[in-house]
Amino acid sequence: MNFTLKIWRQKNRTDKGKLVTYAVSNIPPDASFLEVLDVLNGDLVRKGEEPVAFDHDCREGICGSCGIMIEGRAHGPNRKAATCELRMRSFPDGDTLTVEPWRARPFPVIKDLVVDRSAFDRIMQAGGYVSVKTGQAPDANAIPVPKHHAEEAMDAAACIGCGACVATCPNGSAMLFVAAKVSQLALLPQGHAERKERVERMLAQMDAEGFGSCSNTYACEAECPKQVSVQHIARLNREFVRATAL
Amino acid sequence: MTLDAKIPSGPIEKKWDAHRFNMKLVNPANKRKYTIIVVGTGLAGASAAASLAELGYNVISLCYHESPRRAHSIAAQGGINAPKNYTNDGDSIYRLFYDTVKGGDYRAREANVYRLAQVSGNVIDQCVAQGVPFGREYGGMLDNRSFGGAQVSRTFYARGQTGQQLLLGAYSALSRQINTGKVKYYARRDMLDVIIADGQARGIIARNMVTGELETYLGNAVVLATGGYGNVFYLSTNAKASNATAIWRAYKRGAVFANPCFTQIHPTCIPQSGDFQSKLTLMSESLRNDGRIWVPKKKGDTRNPADIPEEERDYYLERLYPSFGNLVPRDVASRRAKEMCDKGFGVGSTKLAVYLDFADAIKRTGKETIAEKYGNLFDMYHEITAEDPYTTPMRIYPAVHYTMGGLWVDYNLMSNVPGLYVIGEANFSDHGANRLGASALMQGLADGYFILPYTIGDYLATSQFKAVADGHPAVAEAKGATQERIARLLAVKGKRTPDDFHKALGHIMWNKVGMGRNKKGLEEAIQQIAALREEFWKDVNVIGAAGDLNGELERAARIADFLELGELLARDAHHREESCGGHFREEYQTDEGEAQRNDKKFSYVAAWEHTGDGKEPKLHKEPLEFEYVKPSQRSYK
Ligand SMILES: Cc1cc2nc3c(=O)[nH]c(=O)nc-3n(C[C@H](O)[C@H](O)[C@H](O)COP(=O)(O)OP(=O)(O)OC[C@H]3O[C@@H](n4cnc5c(N)ncnc54)[C@H](O)[C@@H]3O)c2cc1C
Ligand code: SF4
Ligand code: FES
Repeated sequence: MNFTLKIWRQKNRTDKGKLVTYAVSNIPPDASFLEVLDVLNGDLVRKGEEPVAFDHDCREGICGSCGIMIEGRAHGPNRKAATCELRMRSFPDGDTLTVEPWRARPFPVIKDLVVDRSAFDRIMQAGGYVSVKTGQAPDANAIPVPKHHAEEAMDAAACIGCGACVATCPNGSAMLFVAAKVSQLALLPQGHAERKERVERMLAQMDAEGFGSCSNTYACEAECPKQVSVQHIARLNREFVRATAL
Repeated sequence: MTLDAKIPSGPIEKKWDAHRFNMKLVNPANKRKYTIIVVGTGLAGASAAASLAELGYNVISLCYHESPRRAHSIAAQGGINAPKNYTNDGDSIYRLFYDTVKGGDYRAREANVYRLAQVSGNVIDQCVAQGVPFGREYGGMLDNRSFGGAQVSRTFYARGQTGQQLLLGAYSALSRQINTGKVKYYARRDMLDVIIADGQARGIIARNMVTGELETYLGNAVVLATGGYGNVFYLSTNAKASNATAIWRAYKRGAVFANPCFTQIHPTCIPQSGDFQSKLTLMSESLRNDGRIWVPKKKGDTRNPADIPEEERDYYLERLYPSFGNLVPRDVASRRAKEMCDKGFGVGSTKLAVYLDFADAIKRTGKETIAEKYGNLFDMYHEITAEDPYTTPMRIYPAVHYTMGGLWVDYNLMSNVPGLYVIGEANFSDHGANRLGASALMQGLADGYFILPYTIGDYLATSQFKAVADGHPAVAEAKGATQERIARLLAVKGKRTPDDFHKALGHIMWNKVGMGRNKKGLEEAIQQIAALREEFWKDVNVIGAAGDLNGELERAARIADFLELGELLARDAHHREESCGGHFREEYQTDEGEAQRNDKKFSYVAAWEHTGDGKEPKLHKEPLEFEYVKPSQRSYK
């Protein structure tokens, strides 16, 4: 297969950046999108040009490192898949694809397709945990957890922290990401002692980082590779009302 | 040099307790006077950094990832073991200990393994308290499954994402400590050297991967939690960036490297489909609980699997191992798959694959049940291969997965360099020559939560520390050496990409140092790797600048280290004239083609000491004694 790629090239945080057009050819349909970037980078290096920088690691949709806007869609056209899981057979041969980094104020571009998502870490540091020290835990079976709660908590906990929800949201909101953690810990008895502080602190940090607010467009759920449901946002809202009303 | 494992005396079940009592404690008020550097934020590093900070130490935590949560531990699928015996099927600490020593083919230290089995229950407690959403039964209690051929159900799991959930648990504990200020965390930092001053590990040199600046981090002890080195084979199930640089640099500064040739090849991975391929994807071992492995009885049979009648199929694992069948340990299943393909029975376009067939299980239990158990794996397989495993058998082939070898550590998890600790997959300690499924997660968290935080205190309490600051000669020397290395890489300006060399190395490793090894092949490999290394330093092309985000430079530096480690791995495999666990020397097998150990000659840990570039490394032996689990020929017939 052959493709034309229009890729965002930006030297560093302050560079203005621009789209540069490249052609790649003889791509097998089983190749992943990132492997196409590998092929292109090999060609560029051989020509003495700087390869395209992009974040990636596990290449199986779990580490959350990769995250590229392809034709204006976060992680490309496939639902339920991160960029690294996308295979080229998902595109028509000869296609032209525009390839850009996540665009959101709290995710500044570091270079080419690499952005700084450390804002997510700081939101977690603000309250995305249960304050239990090593050694303090009771026996694992001491507190039963209804299976459906555990399963729903797991649905939320499946979030890989990729940032597609933010990149795709017209408001640049991180609500789905924050809700995934708040909801997971609200569903489990282990998370209850701190539920008030948790939701308040995480939301405050989200605001401080400059993420927008949620206006229920549900674009996030549609593009989330792990299909984290917007119902968790509803639960977050309930947690917040509960926290502030008490 | 004599390697003292410092195994406490006394009966095995009392050793750890007695040791904990005998170790010196650091007074609570003094803990804040010590700084500990933890490199890596996988299960081992994140759990250690959080636990040390909770105790009151100052912790510096770094990783090359963009966030601690991206460490490769995130990718573990299947589960984590603990002998809670919640299933009442006869499990116990002793049984897990026994299974692990036997599974490791009698090449692990009994005392370490026993302690691991002892603390693994606490690991599960800790994770549950953090909010890890393990799978549960309808009554609300934790569910367990049997995994990797264990005869008891002791594996805890969170769907097919156990590693992710455990890592997010450890990450949450770490995040809390970053928030309190006890942990200073630095992302996108590549550790490139360790600083050894006055005989003690006192710091590291790391490259800021965004600005390219070399930075110095100093403290009282250094903990390496930097993962395994499976990517020396180029293609593996490891994440792309996983590498050996941290432990290799430590090796070159005097830490001895133990059993480098003990690598694990996992039997169920999606086969390679072409040259462009950048990594291999694991299909969880749990699939072997329901899938049946077969090849056509006729060589070179190109018929569609559905057109091959039952009597023309060879369910070779069931035939060879009637009692374990498809559930034989990983090393056995991998070797047999290779053997079948080598003999010409392989399937698929490359003929390097065997079938893993779910038709019987679907008939027996219904498609829904199979979808509930393995749905996400089937989807992943479908996404990658465009084939539907519900209707056509999966094609699988073994792939490099885990490295049992690593830096040598004593019972306290300290290397032979004072103050340099190594935890998680980066050390060699607990899995002998073969790791059992669901035991790496257990070990990483046991090391980080429950072992290292005690043992490091004893070292701090009993050591004297001189002041080491930026101007110290050891710091300047390490920094200078790193700078020079980077400059050298950039100065070659050859024609081949770093990746080209990595692929070439992987090719040699897989063909000659992979699943089947022999004397001649290993000798060739040692030569070829040396030649490739020479070629690398003449012809590699590292584009871009040192003072910038530069993926090519990062990769090139890692590959340069792999090119050295690959040779040591081959040397170790060459010297170990026996077969054990994942190390299969073709010359040493039983009449039935099973691994033939030689306990008289090789019941030891092989620990290699660096003696200088271009010089042969020196072998040290730590003898292994088996007081409790008497070595026998493993049999899964
Ligand atoms: C696909 C797959 C599935 C698996 N499934 C299971 C399973 O079901 N059960 C099981 O028990 N085990 C499983 N394993 C094995 C297990 O996941 C690993 O052995 C374990 O997670 C390793 O953890 P770790 O903390 O030692 O290292 P890692 O998680 O690899 O972490 C390494 C850390 O070190 C950092 N680092 C490394 N080098 C440097 C450097 N030079 N400078 C700065 N930072 C550095 C990295 O950034 C990272 O943070 C699986 C492995 C794979 C590949
Ligand atoms: S909620 Fe979904 S899209 Fe957002 S960070 Fe998590 S996985 Fe990515
Ligand atoms: S590279 Fe890990 S999720 Fe894509």
